[in-house]
Amino acid sequence: MSDVIEQIKATFPGAALSESNAFGQDVLVVAPDKWQGVARWLATESGFAFLSDLCGVDWLEVRGEARFEVVYNLTNFESKTRLTVKVPVAGDPPTARTVTDLWPAANWLEREAFDMFGIVFEGHPNLERILMPDEWEGHPLRKDYAVGKVPIEFKHLSPGF
Amino acid sequence: MGLAAQEPNTGPGILLGSLDKFVDWARRSSLWPATFGLACCAIEMMASGASRFDLARFGMEVFRASPRQADLMIVAGRVSQKMAPVLRQIYDQMPDPKWVISMGACASCGGVFNNYALVQGVDQIVPVDMYVPGCPPRPEMLIDGIMKLHEKILAGDYRRR
Amino acid sequence: MSTVDQFEANSAGAFVEAWDESAETMTINMGPQHPSTHGVLRLVLTLEGEIVREARPVIGYLHTGMEKECEDNNWRQAVTIVTRMDYLAPFHNELVYSMGVEKLLGIEVPERGQAIRILMTELNRISSHLVWLATQSMDMGAISMMLYGFRERELLIDFFEMVTGLRMNHNYICPGGVWQDLPEGWRTPLADFYSIFPKKIAEYEGLLTDNPIWRQRTQGVGVISREDALALGATGPILRATGLDWDIRKAFPYSGIDKYEFEVPTETGGDVFSRYVVRMEEMRQSLGIAQQVIESMPEGDYRNPDPKITPPSRRQLTTSMEAVIHHFKIVTQGYTVPAGEVYVAVESPRGELGTWIVSDGGTNPYRVHVRDPSFVNLQSLPVMMKDSLVADTVASIASVDPVMGGVDR
Repeated sequence: MSDVIEQIKATFPGAALSESNAFGQDVLVVAPDKWQGVARWLATESGFAFLSDLCGVDWLEVRGEARFEVVYNLTNFESKTRLTVKVPVAGDPPTARTVTDLWPAANWLEREAFDMFGIVFEGHPNLERILMPDEWEGHPLRKDYAVGKVPIEFKHLSPGF
Repeated sequence: MGLAAQEPNTGPGILLGSLDKFVDWARRSSLWPATFGLACCAIEMMASGASRFDLARFGMEVFRASPRQADLMIVAGRVSQKMAPVLRQIYDQMPDPKWVISMGACASCGGVFNNYALVQGVDQIVPVDMYVPGCPPRPEMLIDGIMKLHEKILAGDYRRR
Repeated sequence: MSTVDQFEANSAGAFVEAWDESAETMTINMGPQHPSTHGVLRLVLTLEGEIVREARPVIGYLHTGMEKECEDNNWRQAVTIVTRMDYLAPFHNELVYSMGVEKLLGIEVPERGQAIRILMTELNRISSHLVWLATQSMDMGAISMMLYGFRERELLIDFFEMVTGLRMNHNYICPGGVWQDLPEGWRTPLADFYSIFPKKIAEYEGLLTDNPIWRQRTQGVGVISREDALALGATGPILRATGLDWDIRKAFPYSGIDKYEFEVPTETGGDVFSRYVVRMEEMRQSLGIAQQVIESMPEGDYRNPDPKITPPSRRQLTTSMEAVIHHFKIVTQGYTVPAGEVYVAVESPRGELGTWIVSDGGTNPYRVHVRDPSFVNLQSLPVMMKDSLVADTVASIASVDPVMGGVDR
């Protein structure tokens, strides 16, 4: 429903960095500094009150500046539509604003993004590792973190190893 | 373990040897497993305890919740880095004599997942008596592994550990 | 001796008012090795006597690095990884991943393939709910239900083995369709199943639904309101037990499921008993959907015949050079998927199972994130367990029906 995107562009000028419609679903890239306002509007007024999914993506090789990205997939129960919002995350450590005050479902999802990517969500009630042991070092889903394969005898002789 | 071990040169003798055999037979006839179902293999382990495959005919349908009352630990499933100390602690809490069956490919060698998150085989943490491959092994395969462990116990192999 | 009538909605209320407020609290650990936590779930409970003041789930004990592993395997191999996430509903995992990849590829699945997918996933829903019923009842003391649940599940597993070759983790639904066609005589075991199972559901409901012990242990236990469930992202039977009939199969129909008639059961109690009723009815509805699929199974291709994605049939390998080349490329290198990103979701037995797939145009996925329903549903467990009795924690956990393979991935 590109009405939502039009409304966002009208209400929050400069927030929408790019928009597209892929596979029947709207995708919107929002500037990180404007995301808080847009998120609040989406959660409270637009009907996209359900957060289906929140995840991080590491764009190490593909893009230059904002290495990470947080992807929010929102669902509108009344109109049965979905909206994907992508917010680039930059910095070292990469820092973003939490949305747990708007969608409490984001609590564990943001913890997972922190654990796997190292994205720090400011304002999160308890940002701790959730899947890896507490004393683990490194963020496994980053592209510069190796899979951690143990060498298997003779496996290197087969193609595609 | 066993009275025969105190007579290294002469062998067990008739009286004590028969007692050892009797004790071994008793041990293998009611081997109580500790619940250590982790992942998909746990479902097949539960299925082998259910009515079609029926572990009760081996005296094993009582999966003891407390390791202090168990003598067999069937590690059914993948062991992650976070779970490894727990596994060792449960193993240590079991009283002697105890046996370990590593059920499934993940417990035996890391299985399909050769990466940072899994311990590549529980034999890195606990000594294993029987490896049952499969992903997941059919209940018949698990029962075959258990029966071979029974033979091992009857032969008195475990005393040499 | 109290009867069923004397228990009010929150039975813990009777104890709380009589408790001394200056009493101390005790923090105990439940799990990760525990017979009733449904896998390796650890709960840190803060107790005041018998009352749970706070429950903090600690997860990660089954983290397998599956999302990272998917990036290391090609598009077809990732199905084997994804299928092991929610290991009680493997067809659903495979389906949601395959749907995402098909959207990125821009290909369609033929009708027979779609119908087979719905047949397998709906039967999987029944087998998953049977395990839920078995474990929920056993955790609450009705131990014979464990045997009954697994006994009926074996009949379904036999059918899955006949079609896919495996009892679990089937690696059957792949991008393009399904891997093999249904074998000859596939209707026979299902006919046997259908002659037994509807009576069995009625039998189990007769054993449990009006049983005063069952009602005392489930009614008013593990209550969550609709607002809390929505805020915390809970979907599936948890949300439908609060009265909202939200089902991905109706909201965003997939794989031709809108051709079949079925209802979405709801209840209004929001407690363990309501979830029990919803799941029992869902089993009946899935039986109905599968019946319709069996009766109307279309002929035709079971997978998209595009040779760049689907290996050609082995008979062709002896006669056609192109078939050999396509087979070689698909098996050694894998096919490439055009760059793009997509979110798709299906209704798994536990709720909305979604996946965000990112492709950079290569032979391996760039990012596969699976939104597992149990991961998000577990966040509602502290709300359900707050100020309830310790004895009710087991009932609440079982009614959330978490599968730790999906939670931790």
